[in-house]
Amino acid sequence: MTIRIANGAGFLGDNLDAPRRLVESAEVDYLTLEYLAELTMSILASIRAKNPGGGFASDFVEVLSILCPGLKQQQQLKIVTNAGGVNPMSCAKAAASILVAAGLDDEPIGVVAGDDILPRLGELQSAGCRFENLETGQPLAEVSEQIVAANVYLGAKPICDALMDDARFVITGRVADACLTVGPAMKQFGWQWDDWNKLAAATVAGHLIECGAQVTGGYSTLWDQYDLSDVGYPIAELSADGGCVITKPMGTGGAVNRQTVVEQLVYEIGDPAHYLTPDVDVDFTTVEVQASEYDRVNVLGATGAPAPDNYKVSLAFRSGYTASGQLLVYGHDCVEKARKCSQIVFERLKCVGVDLAATNTEVLGAGTRFSSSHSNAKEVVLRLTVQDPRRETVVRFTKEIAPLITSGPAGLAGYAAGRSRVMPAFTYWPCLVPKELIEAQVEVRTAKEWAAYDD
Amino acid sequence: MMTDKSTIQLSAIATARSGDKGNHANIGVVAFTKTGFDYLREQLTEEEVAKAFASLNPSKIERYELPKVWALNFVLYNALGGGAGKSLQIDTQGKLLGTAILEIELPKPPNLEDMTQDGRTDP
Repeated sequence: MTIRIANGAGFLGDNLDAPRRLVESAEVDYLTLEYLAELTMSILASIRAKNPGGGFASDFVEVLSILCPGLKQQQQLKIVTNAGGVNPMSCAKAAASILVAAGLDDEPIGVVAGDDILPRLGELQSAGCRFENLETGQPLAEVSEQIVAANVYLGAKPICDALMDDARFVITGRVADACLTVGPAMKQFGWQWDDWNKLAAATVAGHLIECGAQVTGGYSTLWDQYDLSDVGYPIAELSADGGCVITKPMGTGGAVNRQTVVEQLVYEIGDPAHYLTPDVDVDFTTVEVQASEYDRVNVLGATGAPAPDNYKVSLAFRSGYTASGQLLVYGHDCVEKARKCSQIVFERLKCVGVDLAATNTEVLGAGTRFSSSHSNAKEVVLRLTVQDPRRETVVRFTKEIAPLITSGPAGLAGYAAGRSRVMPAFTYWPCLVPKELIEAQVEVRTAKEWAAYDD
Repeated sequence: MMTDKSTIQLSAIATARSGDKGNHANIGVVAFTKTGFDYLREQLTEEEVAKAFASLNPSKIERYELPKVWALNFVLYNALGGGAGKSLQIDTQGKLLGTAILEIELPKPPNLEDMTQDGRTDP
């Protein structure tokens, strides 16, 4: 038996038509849509703070409405997504309204929650959880800034449970990305939760497809060898024995070969012998790849060890505000001129008593990012970025760039976009929580029920 | 990709991809062939990578090997100016490092043709 699990989104902001193109060009059993990252959680949490009904990946709702015809035609197709962000219930309600409007009233939607421990931080700290920063060892109690998000990376079990309860759609909050694939595999094959090698195989498959086109030629350093304009999104074909083939729909652009697959295997990993998820400790160093035929790569040999005792927590607190301004600087002396402009801006701010906590000057295009060699650039973009706890200070900075047009050196352009936006800044605080203190919640209801659900 | 007779750029024998984990960056380097991987194991040292990315001022660099897929993984600790949520750099997530590492120059090996993309035996 083989199941086909595809991925149609690798981050919040990915191509909105990719999921539709995927299901139109290939028949798959599961479509996974991955939307969350460390910073995304902080941004979604800020949205929820202003609007209690927000804080999920609204792109998913748009994708779902595009997918409705396909969902009617392909009865086998199920969707598993972490679009719930910091508000999976509201996401389910929004998704349910789309399904109801399309006449798919009776489709069961499963919601996985329990990852959000922001309201429980005090209680968990009283229970002895220190949430020590994994890098520095500092306990969370020493942080005085406002914590905006605290989400446990849940595992594949609650996703599997929702599918066992016949959910056709599973919407989660924060789960480890690969679990969007591991959950369906566990449901389909009935593997044991201590069959570490099988869990490892499914985790590797999930890791390979979780970033969408990054395994099918996207973001490749061999970019000129692939046609990326209609790049195909990935499909993992999993077998009951733990075998896995990575491929993509026939006739699409991009490529699946040894290079594209291994590039993604090593993407955003630390020690490859211990790729940790809530379900298993995977050893990537035992993995082998065999490019069998065009656009099909066999991935085999993944091994796993027992899962860690703790869940990882994605926690972030506010670090004031940030803003960034840019100017085009032209001329044979553009690098020098750009640096002078930077100096003028910050000196003028200093003169009016604006002292920023952190500033950064970049001369984009000088070609000196990683070396101090002499630049021959004829034009560069000056990028000034600041950060400060006080909003008004950062706002004042954004007003100091345009005046250069009449009071700075000649050869500057690019003011038309107006003053830059002031954005919140966040500090990420990676930490752990014992598994026994966390309970995932799974709730499956029909679209009609979710649409009428009042929490 | 040869810059002179005695050196090659890493891009002649490998591809690469980089990304972030909090304030750390990782760079995966994937050789085209087994011969190329053996050569990189010898030549593409932590010291070599530290030199190339000195401007990022990482607190530590660690190299890991994935011999079965002919890949090396470099982790550059505390190299991203505080991480995606607060970095003041345009490349908040270390996305450029994969492209940049391929510019590293290495001594030209005598069996270069066994290391290039054309020297591969599989698809």
